[in-house]
Amino acid sequence: MSPESLLLWALCLPLAGALGVSLCGRWPNVREAVTIITTLSTFSCVLGILQFVLAGQVVELEVVEVLAGLPIAFRLEPLGMLYALVASGLWIPTAVYGIGYMRGHGEQNQTRFFACFALAIFAALGIAFAGNLLTLFLFYELLTFSTYPLVTHYGNDEARKAGRVYLGNLIFTSVAFLLLAVVTTWWMTGTLDFRPGGILAGKAEGPMVAVLLGLFAFGAGKAALMPFHRWLPAAMVAPTPVSALLHAVAIVKAGVFTVLKVVVYIFGIDFLTEQGASLWLMYAAAFTLLSASVIALTKTNLKARLAYSTISQLAYIVLGAALATTAGVTGAALHIPMHAMGKITLFFCAGAIYVATHKKDIREMDGIGRRMPFTMGAFLVGSLSIIGLPPMGGAWSKWFLAMGAAEAHMPIFIGVLMLSSLLSIGYLMPIVARAFFCKAADAEPEAASGDATESHPEKPGFWGAVNEAPALCVIPLCATALGTVALFFCVPFFKGLLDLMVLR
Amino acid sequence: MEALGIWNYWGVVLLMMIGLYTVIARDHLVKKLIGLGIFQVAVILFYVSMGKVTGGTAPIIPEGADGSEVYSNPLPHVLMLTAIVVGVATLAVGLALVIRIREAYGTVEEDELQRQNRAGS
Amino acid sequence: MSEHLSALIVVLPLLAAPVCLLLRQTRMVRAWTSIVAWACLCMALTLLERVHTGGVITYAMGGWDPPLGIEYRLDALNAYLLVIVTAIASVVFPSGVILTDTSLPEGKAHLYFAALLLCLAGLLGITSTGDLFNVFVFVEITSLSSYTLISLGKNRQALTAAFSYLVMGTIGGTFLLVGIGFLYQVTGTLNMNDLALRLPELLGSRTILAGFAFLMVGGSIKLAVFPLHQWLPNAYTHAPAAVSAFIAATATKVSYYLLARIIFTVFGAAFVFDALHLHWLLMPLAIAAMFAGSLAAVFQTDLKRLLAYSSIAQIGYMTLGLCMASETGLTGGIVHLFNHALMKGGLFLAVACVVMRTGSSSVNAISGLGRKMPLTMAAIVVGGLSLIGVPGTAGFISKWYLVVGALERGWYAVSVLILLSSLIAVVYVWRLVETAFFGVPEHEVCEVPWTSWLPTWILIGATLVFGIWTDVTVGGASAAARALLGVTP
Repeated sequence: MSPESLLLWALCLPLAGALGVSLCGRWPNVREAVTIITTLSTFSCVLGILQFVLAGQVVELEVVEVLAGLPIAFRLEPLGMLYALVASGLWIPTAVYGIGYMRGHGEQNQTRFFACFALAIFAALGIAFAGNLLTLFLFYELLTFSTYPLVTHYGNDEARKAGRVYLGNLIFTSVAFLLLAVVTTWWMTGTLDFRPGGILAGKAEGPMVAVLLGLFAFGAGKAALMPFHRWLPAAMVAPTPVSALLHAVAIVKAGVFTVLKVVVYIFGIDFLTEQGASLWLMYAAAFTLLSASVIALTKTNLKARLAYSTISQLAYIVLGAALATTAGVTGAALHIPMHAMGKITLFFCAGAIYVATHKKDIREMDGIGRRMPFTMGAFLVGSLSIIGLPPMGGAWSKWFLAMGAAEAHMPIFIGVLMLSSLLSIGYLMPIVARAFFCKAADAEPEAASGDATESHPEKPGFWGAVNEAPALCVIPLCATALGTVALFFCVPFFKGLLDLMVLR
Repeated sequence: MEALGIWNYWGVVLLMMIGLYTVIARDHLVKKLIGLGIFQVAVILFYVSMGKVTGGTAPIIPEGADGSEVYSNPLPHVLMLTAIVVGVATLAVGLALVIRIREAYGTVEEDELQRQNRAGS
Repeated sequence: MSEHLSALIVVLPLLAAPVCLLLRQTRMVRAWTSIVAWACLCMALTLLERVHTGGVITYAMGGWDPPLGIEYRLDALNAYLLVIVTAIASVVFPSGVILTDTSLPEGKAHLYFAALLLCLAGLLGITSTGDLFNVFVFVEITSLSSYTLISLGKNRQALTAAFSYLVMGTIGGTFLLVGIGFLYQVTGTLNMNDLALRLPELLGSRTILAGFAFLMVGGSIKLAVFPLHQWLPNAYTHAPAAVSAFIAATATKVSYYLLARIIFTVFGAAFVFDALHLHWLLMPLAIAAMFAGSLAAVFQTDLKRLLAYSSIAQIGYMTLGLCMASETGLTGGIVHLFNHALMKGGLFLAVACVVMRTGSSSVNAISGLGRKMPLTMAAIVVGGLSLIGVPGTAGFISKWYLVVGALERGWYAVSVLILLSSLIAVVYVWRLVETAFFGVPEHEVCEVPWTSWLPTWILIGATLVFGIWTDVTVGGASAAARALLGVTP
């Protein structure tokens, strides 16, 4: 198949999947089959496209011209490819996990849930393949609106309030800042295409560049740069699969991807360095990075802690983009898959714990490792990846980010990165430690009442204590945990892909 | 003195203001319509006096005209025929509304109507 | 026959109105009005196509040559407007909700349809004529029929709303007449093109200035420019919902056309903006309208009133485009006129569907209807998104042009204000969304029949289509803007 048609297929499949899911709502098994088939076929399409990108082929596709000289257009390049791989690849385990989770919980409105899920992936892929800022903005907003029903899934007052924060933050930033930046760029340059080396060089000057960069960086509210980060913890009221895919992978990465793409293809890293316009953004990102880590330490709700950890990790990527060096951008781009894989594992674990024990608070999770060894093992692996220890993928992206800081002659940010790693040990490791080394407070009475022994009377010893979440939940999280390890060894491939990126 | 020479326009302005004032200041809906009528009539007078040429006769070409006759401009007068029709139609619709309002509210005083509307909503 | 098309499009609905009185039977009258509206739409499309290929169409009414006779003159702007007005009419008139929410006595529906046709005829007349006095006559025809239509609302407040609209409308109309009189007094002509030729030498004259002021105020009352908008919320709220749909989508648009025509064609942008600096008056008013209208909409408890206040804000956007007086700005204003006609028409029709099922137009009426009336509620959501200006909807296109236009003029603050004010729209739209999808259902209702939801979705669907394919809307609007500015392509 030609790359153009593959690209269209990759975009249309999730859309068709959303339609199929909503049509098959009456037959849950058929519906779930549709979801799984869509995820697999979408991912294989993306893999098919990857061949062409690796071959260095330029693939462009113009769908329709919306405004004069401003089409909805798609263009393949390594950065977008990476994001597309992450979004569509992690959709597979999330879909499996989602089915297990939603069924395990007996949730309502499952059809709407899976349909919106597919729609969100459609929007994410649109962002990944976008060939100009207009297309990116279009899909960016589509992503916001298609995930709103997911965030407010429970439909109660809490969900409604969270939905308001979610939409308020994202729409405010995207309309007031991002759209303004897009229009201004259009007005100054007469084009919105993503071009190697950027389009703004020679068109904008002085403080205008810094202001524009600010509009883009804060406008991509999904990147959760402080002070526009409030939506992310608020959106944690959503069911865990949503948090997992959307708040570890699709949505937040859409934000940082936008920042990265704008820095590389709109500003151009040389232009940014030359203007020194991104210096303030480095400090803003560093501030978000550290303060979000500190806040994460204070949270006792597991998902809230993970949410703040996400905010902090996103700031890594923004920092890498703001450094505007080759290694910095590479590190930032690598951090997209690395963090995605690690964080999705952690969210899966949080969800599995909730399904199995209905516990959300970290303080209640003493000794849970005995009961859910696989889940907590995966949690440990994911945590190590987030902290950035080898042999987990997270080590590499931090390595490149630190190199980027050195390249930009900004040693202070190496210090910031190290400090933040320490902080992440501080907020992630206690959970694992409690789970494995503390005795469960309620273990004794439970054992006394005979609950655990009655349900598994014939399995003493290790298996006797095990009471995991449904298999459909546990298998995906083990898979992604292994994925973080695999990513460590796959780095040459990613590096090779990113080296194709024309920075100058 | 020049200003006094165009007394017809002063009359028009006066009538217009009387009409507008009545529309604004009176509570009674029929009086409002009367004010509106006066307001419109002022404009009609304005057009009519605009078309009048000093010393001009009716715009009919008499037999044996040599082209030296001065006529009043007939066009504004003709236009006003239409404007009068519009005015009458407006008045008719307005009065019809007043009748319906009276049936529905039992009053045609504006403050009373507003009170009832507020109480109703 | 075909050369008479530009007159026929006005004459047909005018003559068709009395026919309604002969037909009498509701069903037949309904079919008749729909047929007439469709016929007008076909004519308008033909005319638009002809203007775009062959240039300006002029038609001397009754064979009397202009400037003495009445001239009908169609350029890219009029033809565009004609299409908007007839398109809305041909969707609204056949709609199943056309009689919902009215207080018509049994067997009197034919009068209602006659008034609708008269209103249509008046609107088309204002749009196509090139004669100022003729404009006044058609303005009155439109106004008189719309007073009648508004007074037919279900509640008795409709009567008082119609009465105050009558007073305001008559004052506005008379102001127009006074302004026309002043212009005639100085120039001795009523033909707009003739005026445009004669005025430049006389522009300093105080009479002309006074005439211009009267015309502006009169037109602004009809357009409901802030702060002359007081009549609008009451009128739209208490009118039957379908009438609101028709009038909101057409009447203000035609008034906008009238203002643009007077400013750009008759007086010329150079005089109005360079000499009089009208934009320093209109722009603050437009911005005030954008914010005040949207803010007021946030606090409304009635759907129709909410939409009415949102209309005031949208009129602000259009006026803003007008005072940019550049091709981009005017294109933005005119394309917003088109897009707003579609979305507001669609939204009011959706409200009419709600009224049809629940009997009420309060915001609480849609509580929990997301499941019961999914099509109608989806229409409200999509229309609302378009009001916000979400990309992919028509509203985005117009906002885009307005923001670019503001940047081009160097009005950076204005471009920021445009975006900020559209954020307020998020608040009132989201109130509806939350009520519809999270509320507890108050009424046991089912979806409206297809005759009702289909017209709604034709308009709402069009906002989606014209959010992506903009050749027709933006192409037509920029041609119209060029025609107004006198730029030859």
